[in-house]
Amino acid sequence: MKQSLKLAGLATLMMSVSAIPAMAQEKIKVGVIVSLSGAGAVLGQQARDGFNLAVKDLGGKMGGKDVEVIVVDDELKPDVAVTKVKGLLERDKVDFVVGPIFSNILGAIHKPVTENKTFLISPNAGPSSYAGKECNPYFYVTSYQNDQIHQILGNVAQKRGYKKIYLMTPNYQAGKDFVAGVKMDFKGEIVEESFIPLGTLDFQAELSKIASMKPDAVLTFMPGGMGVNLVKQYKQAGLLDRIPFLSTFTVDESTLPAQQDAAIGMFGGSNWAPNLDNAANKKFVAEYEKAYNSVPATYAFQAYDAALLINSAVTAVKGDMSDKTKVIAALKKADFPSIRGSFKLSNNGYPVQDFYLTKVAKRADGKFQTEIVEKVFSNYADRYAKDCAAQ
Amino acid sequence: MTLTLALVQILNGLQFGLILFLIAAGLTLVFGVMDFINLAHGVQYMVGAYFVAAFTAMTGGFFTGLALALPAALIFGLLLELLIFRHLYDRDHLDQVLATFGVIIFLNQAVKFVWGAAPLNVPIPDALSGAIEITDGLLYPVWRLIIIAVGLLVGLALYLVVNKTKLGMLVRAGASNAPIVSALGVNIRLLFTIVFGVGAMLAGFAGAMIAPILSVEPGMGDNVLILAFVVIVIGGIGSIRGAFIAALLIGLVDTLGRFFAPTLLRALLDPSAASQTGRAIAPMLIYILMAAVLFFRPSGLFPAKK
Repeated sequence: MKQSLKLAGLATLMMSVSAIPAMAQEKIKVGVIVSLSGAGAVLGQQARDGFNLAVKDLGGKMGGKDVEVIVVDDELKPDVAVTKVKGLLERDKVDFVVGPIFSNILGAIHKPVTENKTFLISPNAGPSSYAGKECNPYFYVTSYQNDQIHQILGNVAQKRGYKKIYLMTPNYQAGKDFVAGVKMDFKGEIVEESFIPLGTLDFQAELSKIASMKPDAVLTFMPGGMGVNLVKQYKQAGLLDRIPFLSTFTVDESTLPAQQDAAIGMFGGSNWAPNLDNAANKKFVAEYEKAYNSVPATYAFQAYDAALLINSAVTAVKGDMSDKTKVIAALKKADFPSIRGSFKLSNNGYPVQDFYLTKVAKRADGKFQTEIVEKVFSNYADRYAKDCAAQ
Repeated sequence: MTLTLALVQILNGLQFGLILFLIAAGLTLVFGVMDFINLAHGVQYMVGAYFVAAFTAMTGGFFTGLALALPAALIFGLLLELLIFRHLYDRDHLDQVLATFGVIIFLNQAVKFVWGAAPLNVPIPDALSGAIEITDGLLYPVWRLIIIAVGLLVGLALYLVVNKTKLGMLVRAGASNAPIVSALGVNIRLLFTIVFGVGAMLAGFAGAMIAPILSVEPGMGDNVLILAFVVIVIGGIGSIRGAFIAALLIGLVDTLGRFFAPTLLRALLDPSAASQTGRAIAPMLIYILMAAVLFFRPSGLFPAKK
């Protein structure tokens, strides 16, 4: 008897829940799922703040409807992310999911979101896995395809005529992608491919080796706390004046507050920098610094653009989210002024954009930021787009 | 060239080993004298680093920061002893492990709460921030040489205190047989408190010295704690001399392993594979060393005499 009562209760509950989507939603609901605790917390906070800033700039409305933003923390754990994203889809009935920061989290939430026919906009993670055959009309990226950033370094090293370079990266999948990305354009000698245990904090033994091998440049991918330590120790070992340091995801505005002077003069690859010279970007950087008291990194600007992309699509369909094919067509047009300037989407939903070599500098106000040195690629699409069947 | 590089790597190994020694010295005494397993010892290292970061930022100078951080670390260690650890001495090892593990979790979060999750930066004093050119192009940071010098001095001082003073005699006696020392009329509780405070301060000192090199962040003590336990197991629990030799051994084996393993493997494998396997094998070496030592000398290289 108890059991059947429970069942009856459950059935009523399910009916009432499933009755909701039949009514047109009054609001546009966006779920933001980023890492807000653990090692990636700073990056997630930047993305969240960038997105909220854009919504504020849009006056809290998209396509004439009020916008409701629901922020959740994926804790940088794939299993937690799946639970949280299911909450966004089933309980909150969001129209868009924005996130995540890390590729391994994307691997966990991509399927639940796209199978639910909800739009997933990644403000950072852009792995190759969803760029080719597995491309999906419900998945869009406002950052880049991961390989492209690493490729910048190899390209620059080749163009500058470096004969021998030293590669250093943590020993995991993303590190191997880094090495593959650098090798795409660099044809000289790689004197060492140094795969370091993930979590290493003291690099002195490596630095001594670099000093004795005297390569023309050091190319590295050393994210998070590892990068903070490497950069400080590279300067302390007196190498910064002797051997150029080119890196990806190692010196940016999220790590510079800890690296400070030690990072000045180090090069990076990026699709944007705070000093990118256009009016929209200047406004964005000034507003962000005023609101959140820190210099924005790419995570913030890419999330800002994610909100603009969503707004462009919602405006094009006049706030009517019922016909998904129309929304897809509107998203693919990417008809919005990106603060990075030139921006389009490939048929796989990944950006076509410019890429730059950046360099760390200290600003007049004493804060640190990356600044553009030169443009490396123009209107560059990723190499997997051709394998994507979607048109 | 290769010889100088090998020498530089030996310096690197020494520097790493001496930091480990500063941490392990307190741990081995606390474990040896009090028979108390203190997993929260690594937290002292982190707290020392945070104190020096905070006081340096406050006073503007590293040395004034250090001068304030050391007594602060000592007081913090004594407070922990008074409030928590004192009540655990008579419990069994499992209780001690559980309780001190809880202290780790609590303090890692507390540090995050007070100073935030982002790593802090401690600048090296300007005069010592340079690097010495050993041979053409091969530079060595002055600060790391200072760590080596300071580590050796602390080692010498501890040796003198433990072997040449009355206090040291009591500590050695306590490590051999605490109940008898107590029965002979020595205030063993006071001895415990002194040993604990000094051990905590040394770990805090290690954290303070390493702070300009590594970023100061929550949880930074957790990794070194494991190595510190390896050191005291190899050296023999309760023995300062054992901790010193084992710490240098671990420092050298770890650093030189990372350096030589990839080079040696190149004879067998292609460069990329050699680099990967070499660096994967190197971190295992210290555990292989520990297993070997335990096989031949189950109570470590220099066990306190029982």
